[in-house]
Amino acid sequence: MKTVITSSGDNLDALFDRRFGRTEWFCIYDEDARSTAFLKNVNTNAGSDAGEKAAEMMISMNVNKVISGDFGLLAEAILDASNIQMAILPDPNLTIADIIERLSSARR
Amino acid sequence: MARRRRLRKVVAPPSFTGYKPYGAKNKSRKSVELLYEEYEALKLLDYDLMNQKEAAGLMGISRPTLARIYEDARRKIAKAFVEVCEIKTAYGNAWMEKHWYECNKCDARFTIPETFEERNCPICLSHDIKSHGDLKGAVSPSEIKS
Repeated sequence: MKTVITSSGDNLDALFDRRFGRTEWFCIYDEDARSTAFLKNVNTNAGSDAGEKAAEMMISMNVNKVISGDFGLLAEAILDASNIQMAILPDPNLTIADIIERLSSARR
Repeated sequence: MARRRRLRKVVAPPSFTGYKPYGAKNKSRKSVELLYEEYEALKLLDYDLMNQKEAAGLMGISRPTLARIYEDARRKIAKAFVEVCEIKTAYGNAWMEKHWYECNKCDARFTIPETFEERNCPICLSHDIKSHGDLKGAVSPSEIKS
């Protein structure tokens, strides 16, 4: 299972970013290998279609699940059509480490 | 014929069905109906502190329409405060994706793609989830006088 968490920085202590298309970084978390990788989002300051491009990126990376703060209409439609699960966390004060801890502790 | 109203997207419905004043001197029997889209507009602008353009994009409506809905929301709340009346939430012209679920344990909201077999929370794996489609106490659009 490959999970992407939108992040405001490139390390585990960074706060989770509530934006999807315009997030600063993507944290790619592999549940089986318990590994994380960070990927800079190139569309952070894009004029338009940031969500759409991010959603297409998720498809090309074979992501199963995306955790963010909100999804736009287009991004949602694209992710939905490719059977990628979306999860919205309402708390903006979570760090990436917090979220990964939640994901892994539930599966232990 | 009036133009058909574009439905407004509401990400999360209000988690209450109404507000009642207490300790009122002259309690009014009246109530105001706060529509889901008005609640959503108020939430996006004054709670999530989005600008009107972002909020309008999220709700799938134009910025001027959002401004109008927001104005209605503020006026209704002001009316309820001044005239000491109840606020009731009503469905209005909103649409919510029925396939959005909410976890009762960790407050995460999520979708469950068709290919997924297990219907549980992706964050905490709890099976204690509710669907946004089956809301209790919500007033259906036909009951709203326009």
